[in-house]
Amino acid sequence: MSIYIQGTGCVSPLETAAEGLFPAVVNPAYDGARLKVSDPDYKQWIDIKQIRRMSRIIKMGVAAAKLSLQEAGVEKPDAIITGTAYGCLDDTGVFLTKMINQQEEMLTPTSFIQSTHNTVAGQIALMLSCHAYNNTFVHKGFSFESALLDSIMILKEGKSKHILMGGMDELTTHSFNIISRFNRFKKEPITHTELLHSTTPGTIAGEGAACFVLGTEKGDNSYARLTGLTTSYKPGSTAEIAADIIAFLAVHEITQEDIDLLITGRNGDSEEDVWYEHVESTLFPGQAVGCFKHLCGEYPTASSFGMWVGCKVLSSGQVPATVLFKGKTREKIKKVLIYNHYKGTHHSLILLTGC
Amino acid sequence: MACEVWIGGGGVICGIGDNLPACIEAFRNMATGAATMEYLSSAHRGTYPVVEVRADNATLAARAGMPAHISRTALLSRIAAQEAWDSTGLGEIRNYRVGFVSANTVGGMDKTEEFFADYLKDPQSGQLSQVVNHECGSITELVADSLGIRHHVTTISTACSSGANALMYGARLIRNNMVDVVIAGGTDALTRFTLNGFNTLMILDQESSRPFDDTRKGLNLGEGAGYVVLVKDTLKELIRTPWCKLSGFANANDAYHQTASSPEGIGNYLAMKGALEMSGLKPEEIDYINLHGTGTQNNDSSEGLAIERLFAPHYPPVSSTKSFTGHTLGASGGIEAVFSALAVREGYLYPNANFGTRMKEVPFTPVTAFSEGNKVHHVMSNSFGFGGNCSSLIFSIG
Repeated sequence: MSIYIQGTGCVSPLETAAEGLFPAVVNPAYDGARLKVSDPDYKQWIDIKQIRRMSRIIKMGVAAAKLSLQEAGVEKPDAIITGTAYGCLDDTGVFLTKMINQQEEMLTPTSFIQSTHNTVAGQIALMLSCHAYNNTFVHKGFSFESALLDSIMILKEGKSKHILMGGMDELTTHSFNIISRFNRFKKEPITHTELLHSTTPGTIAGEGAACFVLGTEKGDNSYARLTGLTTSYKPGSTAEIAADIIAFLAVHEITQEDIDLLITGRNGDSEEDVWYEHVESTLFPGQAVGCFKHLCGEYPTASSFGMWVGCKVLSSGQVPATVLFKGKTREKIKKVLIYNHYKGTHHSLILLTGC
Repeated sequence: MACEVWIGGGGVICGIGDNLPACIEAFRNMATGAATMEYLSSAHRGTYPVVEVRADNATLAARAGMPAHISRTALLSRIAAQEAWDSTGLGEIRNYRVGFVSANTVGGMDKTEEFFADYLKDPQSGQLSQVVNHECGSITELVADSLGIRHHVTTISTACSSGANALMYGARLIRNNMVDVVIAGGTDALTRFTLNGFNTLMILDQESSRPFDDTRKGLNLGEGAGYVVLVKDTLKELIRTPWCKLSGFANANDAYHQTASSPEGIGNYLAMKGALEMSGLKPEEIDYINLHGTGTQNNDSSEGLAIERLFAPHYPPVSSTKSFTGHTLGASGGIEAVFSALAVREGYLYPNANFGTRMKEVPFTPVTAFSEGNKVHHVMSNSFGFGGNCSSLIFSIG
């Protein structure tokens, strides 16, 4: 059985929501070490009365979901599955702040109601009047990958035709402040063209939402198949992950040579990029390598943006200049491998094949 | 389905017992758990009873073998997961491909609340060790790491149905041969965040809750953790006493409102119907339903009407064990899965406490006394939540 990507939708720091294409102009606006999404006009997808009450993660999640359904030509999917590590941080922060400042008195329910991690998936179901399977994974750097695996397992059961799934996380002032105190972000000013060549620790904080409609049949707008997925939790060494990659490719009856583009999750953190450097230089020497986190920033579900970039490469047959990190692209791009890790503890491999 | 998934054991810690046998004793003695809060610090202490695990964090940490400064949610999780594993007789965890699929709703919020009070005064203050495990996934990993589980670790959060969804995903991992054994369920400690949140919704009862009673006024919040051990059929022989099979499950969305259930309980109905379809059972073959039964007007009415639509005129015995344990949120699906699976093995029917008057909306009443040795071959366990998330599980005799 093949799993086709029938539609994609993405809200990111780039203008990815406009045409559904990889944007021609790329100039992500770094605000110090912080990269915010470029908000599309959400009125296209959401009633204006609802927009006012919604936090950004709900808006971007719903927009990405609707874009992907539109591209797939699907009105009601047979399942809705999201991955979000942090969930609805903004509403959580609002309720927590009021609870503390008001000594637990005179609180209102809206921010509490919208703080639960399944809010985005629930809102999508509500807007689509969709009674189908609905699930939300909240596991750090595996949130998106778990949602993807759940989707694959359900499609394999043969009863579902289209699954809407995606990864999303929002960055708030509180979360940026707090995570900064863990020395996670760059202290010095940096641009998106410099980030991936940085030799200092720390990365750029990001956010976004990327959704996909997966199905077992090739749709009108299917350009890629989701061929494989695997994860590795806390691998002991770079050698272990290299062995995992070779084994993963072997399961799919290919070798490194067959990979036309390797997309890695380089984030400019000199300590974390060691993993990618090892894999790029020992397993894929001289081959084309693409990157994406200089465009979306680092966040636990950033691999969903990486998969979106992989889909765009396969649909256009080209690697955007800003994505290409090293090597020379082949004339025909058929197989894309996405290798991402989050904080060195959550490693994932996603294999896409053009169709 | 290609491969059957067995329940090889289970463990629970909650306000009516530190372990599963203690919980069963509480049912037997009709000893409900709602009481004045002792361990949670809140302005609402005198107003709302809660169902707390009767131990402070230092005591729980000693039992869990984990540091006392980490989230209570992780401590509860570790204790119940360990009991679940030990009950299987499988021996060393490292000898198997094991997954840990745990649910929770607010992660390390109990510690974040402490951090945030300092942080709001000055963004550079507050101890980072209190917020480092804020994420739901952190709680799962603290426990997975301490148990030595690496093959597959993930976290589900679908509000009050989270724990049930962990069992579904775990069963799929086994059917897809990703792992051989999965510890699946959920955990949640009481927090001021959730207590105040439910208070804004005006669905907390100031007395011990009365699920499926016409005079019900709301729910009591509880805390705890509950896990079953899912085992693939080829490993069944190694289990001390296999409890039963997980024969069916389904998840549906009510798609009605972010927090309220539709009056007719469409999501509840679809989840129960889907679970029956997967198990290949007819409604009249279900011997007991462990209700979601929170004790709110809305839930019990929707759930009751959905049961009527699906089961009339053959109503099986039903009860809400939340009348004892309180609503343990992300843990409830896990805790009630353990009770439901054990009911199949032991022929238990659990009582619904505080029941007096039948609900006007439905023609059936819950079981009010504990009994054992009943013919209980198939048990349905319901879990419904915010976001319209509805899940049903069916446990069947092997």
